[in-house]
This record gives sequence, C-alpha cells and structure tokens, in this order.
Amino acid sequence: MHELAVTQSMLNLALEHAEQAGARHITVINLVIGQMSSIVDDCIQFYFDFVSKGTIAEGAALSFERVASRLRCRGCGEEFVLDGNDWVCPACGALGGEVIAGRELYVDSIEVE
Amino acid sequence: MRIQVVEDILSANERIAIENQRLLDEKGVFAVNLMSSPGAGKTSLILRTIEVVRGKLRVGVVEGDIASRLDADKIEAVGVPVVQINTGGTCHLDANMVRQALEELPLDDIELLLIENVGNLICPTGFALGERLKAMIASTPEGDDKPYKYPGMFAAVDALVINKIDLLPHLDFDVATFRQLVAGLNPEARVFEVSCITREGVEGWGEWLVEITAADGE
Repeated sequence: MHELAVTQSMLNLALEHAEQAGARHITVINLVIGQMSSIVDDCIQFYFDFVSKGTIAEGAALSFERVASRLRCRGCGEEFVLDGNDWVCPACGALGGEVIAGRELYVDSIEVE
Repeated sequence: MRIQVVEDILSANERIAIENQRLLDEKGVFAVNLMSSPGAGKTSLILRTIEVVRGKLRVGVVEGDIASRLDADKIEAVGVPVVQINTGGTCHLDANMVRQALEELPLDDIELLLIENVGNLICPTGFALGERLKAMIASTPEGDDKPYKYPGMFAAVDALVINKIDLLPHLDFDVATFRQLVAGLNPEARVFEVSCITREGVEGWGEWLVEITAADGE
C-alpha cells in the first residue's frame, strides 16, 4: 500500500548510483522483492512511469525478482516455503516459524548507458 | 553497463530513523511505536497509559493520522505535550515525519514518548521511526484469526496488547487460539490483555512500560 514512497526511494537510489557512474541514461532497474513485503509490481510500475518523468531513468524497464517466503520451524528446524496462509510446518505440524526469507526489498543493480 | 547497487530501498528512512534514535537516546527519551488497525484503541490506550504512569514518568505523544487533530486534542486535554502529524493520505508514519515532530516537542521534559502510528496493519512495519519498542494493539472484535492475515505485523512487534477484553462475552474471539497463533509467529512478544473501558489489565501494561523505560535509561 505504500508503493509511492517505495517507488520514490527506489528511483532516488538508482539515480544516485547512475550519476556517480556518470551515466546518461538508466535502461533497466533490477529489483528484488520478498513475497512478504506487501508490494504490488504493477503499482510500482505505474508510479515509476510518473515519478521518473524528466529524469535519466525515464523509460527504464523495471525487472522484478520475487523471493518466496521461507520459514524455519521453531519445533524441528525444518525449512519450508510459506504456501498461502498456511504457517504450519509440513514436517512436524508445529505452528509458525522464524522468517528466513521473504522480507527483501532492495535494488540489486541497474543497467546504464 | 551494469552497476551493482544491492541497497535497501528504504535505507533513506533507516538512516533518518537512526538519527532520531540517537537524538532520543541523548535526551533520555524511550520511544514506543504503537501500531494497530483503525479503531483498535490506540488513542484510548495512550490515555489510559498516561493515567497509570503519571507521577512515575513524564510522557509525550506524537499522533499520526491521515487527517484531523481530534486525537491530539484529547491528549492535550490531559495536559501532556503532543504533536499531531497529518500524513495527508500516506498510510504510515515515516522517520522524516517523526523527525519534524521531535523538533516541536520539549524532549528535555519527556521520558516516555508514545508515537501513535496511522491505523494500518501492513505498511507501518516497513518504516522504522527511531523507536526502542514496537507495540501492536489488537482488539477482540477484529477476530482471533488476524495473526494469520497480517503475519508481518505480528512477527515484527516486541509487545502485543489485546484490547477490548470486556467485550469477550459477546464475541467468538478465543484468547487461547489467538495467543497460540501469536506465539507461533513471535514467541518473544510480551502479550497483555486489557480493557480501556473497564481499565482491567491496563496497570500491568503501564507498569511494564515504566520498568523497561527505567531499564533502558540505565
């Protein structure tokens, strides 16, 4: 739900790195987004088209790498992928677990010319 | 040409949150980020907390809302310094909004700062504010299945206050089920059961805040 703030921060980050490298144009921004970070790709794209206007990132393609939510069972240590709302360990049936992946929200790299 | 970035998108917020925390530490202020869905009782809990800790801790409040200063007026009426932040539509407080609020508060006269976030169970977890403690209020009419629906929030908090327990006889909210779900997501979280109407359990919560605030200052 806070995609505008996220998009603005993402753009600033990309611009900062591109300018440091003396780039004229950003062609691709590679993003890594965990399943648990409640971010909607289309929504980011929509805001990006708007906030990147007039910057060297205008027209850049956004590439989304999604990371599945992974949990480690606190009972038996089994690691499993969170499937929907089912927070139950498939090995021992214990409820819940420690989140070991799925919270990612970062710019991995940018492609510039 | 490819440039490696590998930087968190919300790192700008993190940086400001760390600055806020540094300022609060310097002034000896323990900040609590209070999160919940709209109507769970954040403002009511703040008012009850003020009653309990009065005389033991000097309290300040930051009120975050999309619009209006209704909440701030309620806090002001009990003689506690308060700043209202209107986010103008944004669904969460961020560190920069809080930084501006801190400038307006008499931090030298505050030991416990209660920051009421915007009512929302998703977005506020992504934005650190500079707080020492994240607390969530879950109210019984919302249902005992909420930990399943908003695991991110339940997993992120240090303390959980179950509010409106006076309504339990009228609801199918099962406290044991709820606590079991919470323990699965977040076994470390301290859980309190309160009613801001009857004041049941409020004292335990308030006393705990007094304790951890004192422990943090040492």
